[in-house]
Amino acid sequence: MKKRKYNYKRPNRSLGGDIFNIVILVLFGSFMVLPMIYAISNAFKPLDEIFMFPPRFFVRNPTTDNFRDLFLLMAQSWVPFSRYIFNTLFITAVGTAGHVIIASMAAFALEKHKFPGSKLFFNIVVTSLMFSPVVTQIPNYLVMAKLNWLDTYLSMIVPAFGYSLGLFLMKQFMVTIPDSLLESARMDGAGEFRTFWTIAMPCVKPAWLTLIIFSFQTLWGATGSAFIYSEELKTLPYALNQILLGGYARAGVGAAVIFLMMIVPIVMFMVTQSSIIQTMATSGLKD
Amino acid sequence: MSAVIEKQVRPVHGAGTAFKSKLANLKHQIIKNRVSYLFLAPYAIIFLVFTVIPVVVSIGLSFTYFNVLEKPKFIAWQNYVKLFFGDDVFLKSVKNTFLLAAITGPIGYFASLMFAWFINELPPKIRAFMVLIFYAPSISGNVYMIWTVMFSGDAYGYVNSTLMKLGIITEPVLWLKDPRYMLPVIMIVVLWMSLGTGFLSFVAGLQGIERAQYEAGIVDGIKNRWQELWYITLPNMKPMLMFGAVMSITQSFAVSDVTIALAGLPSVDYAAHTVVNHLIDYGTLRFEMGYASAIATVLFLTMVICNKVVQKLLRKVGQ
Repeated sequence: MKKRKYNYKRPNRSLGGDIFNIVILVLFGSFMVLPMIYAISNAFKPLDEIFMFPPRFFVRNPTTDNFRDLFLLMAQSWVPFSRYIFNTLFITAVGTAGHVIIASMAAFALEKHKFPGSKLFFNIVVTSLMFSPVVTQIPNYLVMAKLNWLDTYLSMIVPAFGYSLGLFLMKQFMVTIPDSLLESARMDGAGEFRTFWTIAMPCVKPAWLTLIIFSFQTLWGATGSAFIYSEELKTLPYALNQILLGGYARAGVGAAVIFLMMIVPIVMFMVTQSSIIQTMATSGLKD
Repeated sequence: MSAVIEKQVRPVHGAGTAFKSKLANLKHQIIKNRVSYLFLAPYAIIFLVFTVIPVVVSIGLSFTYFNVLEKPKFIAWQNYVKLFFGDDVFLKSVKNTFLLAAITGPIGYFASLMFAWFINELPPKIRAFMVLIFYAPSISGNVYMIWTVMFSGDAYGYVNSTLMKLGIITEPVLWLKDPRYMLPVIMIVVLWMSLGTGFLSFVAGLQGIERAQYEAGIVDGIKNRWQELWYITLPNMKPMLMFGAVMSITQSFAVSDVTIALAGLPSVDYAAHTVVNHLIDYGTLRFEMGYASAIATVLFLTMVICNKVVQKLLRKVGQ
């Protein structure tokens, strides 16, 4: 009788299966999370604990010394450290904003207007998801050289406008905007851009949050080392990677660096998770 | 409207005017849809310049000798001949890349699906937390550097010290220097990071299936969660399964940052050398751009063909 009641609430579920489910999740969940916890714990370890033998997983006497050392090190850098931070923030902000607007406009036309070439163009974008950007690295360099964009912010910002994953997700999500809504806006005499900006865009808020996060994740980690030579144009990840290269001598500071680089995207994802999941619900590839 | 015009024009005039009328038709279409084209234009131009043209240029350069300083010199198939018949390191990198892709691709894909499915059984609050835990490694920048400490070759490494304490090994193993262990260690790290965008797509897909479908399934005689998965859940998620596959395949063929961070470039005996590593080696260190473009072209074709084949297979799910 008891078992029957259990099944009634959640069909096709057995207690054994549920236990199996939880055991697997806990097991693999620990595999996923332990290195992260270790990275966090390391960032707060005093130096003698980092080099302790046998090594200890958790921090015993947590300290913020590593962060203090990091800021001291930053203060001594040749180019003021705030410059690296500014570069990354600037590239990320402009690149992300441009990407959301440009990709949304294109997605709107592809999804809501039917015109010759729209299917073909979208198919090419989908195909571009099927190869990694590394295969175009070399010609990209030549293109940048031709445009005279080497060693400028443009070389990092403008290609970010064209991420194909963003266009793809936005176009798929725009299916959810009812056509009647757009039609009534047009009937009221709104121009196409107005319809797009004041009617369509507010409907797809989860999607542009998703585009912001994905574009942010890419740009936040971008070192730009291929296109940028001038020290004062280099990004935060580049500078932090230089610190990481210090090896054992910089083990404590390095742990603080890893912590800072990982915590920002994770917090961003925590805040926006529900919007992202909502967007991904329409992410499917249809025939 | 335009189709009607074309039909009327063609029989009266010759082939030359048919082409002209097609052009006129095209012009007419462009003017009629000018707003749509204007909306698309900014994205299309950027996409063209930074994605489409580079692919074409890369294929073109792969038939040349090009060292950036001099003009490219056409050498036909020589780069490809050298690649497949004269470059043992490339062949080794192909072997490593295929091993990595064949193991981490499918395992990462099915793990994404399985964990998304398991997580979906949990109450919403815990679900959000578990999604975060499983997804986090793929977005945490260079936190994979932590694995170099775990697999450090001296006794300070966690894996070594644990195994020594347990008495399984007596002296430290050089995990990241010994060709026997490098690739497996890298696979573990790649798998650890493999629950990315595809995983999120699965989580979302599972949440989107209506309860009514499962209830109808019980009436049709579905008895347990596995049958439910095969007959109801998976067919409903087909578009997400195809999207996730694209993400997995593309990622698993492009592994390179992890191998450089863990094993170095070049790695000992090239035991962890991947095709992308080889591309970086020739493209950014040796400046043999023609040769590097040939590598890029091979990689491009492999990824696209592999994706298309898997898409074909996945269409059959639940049919």
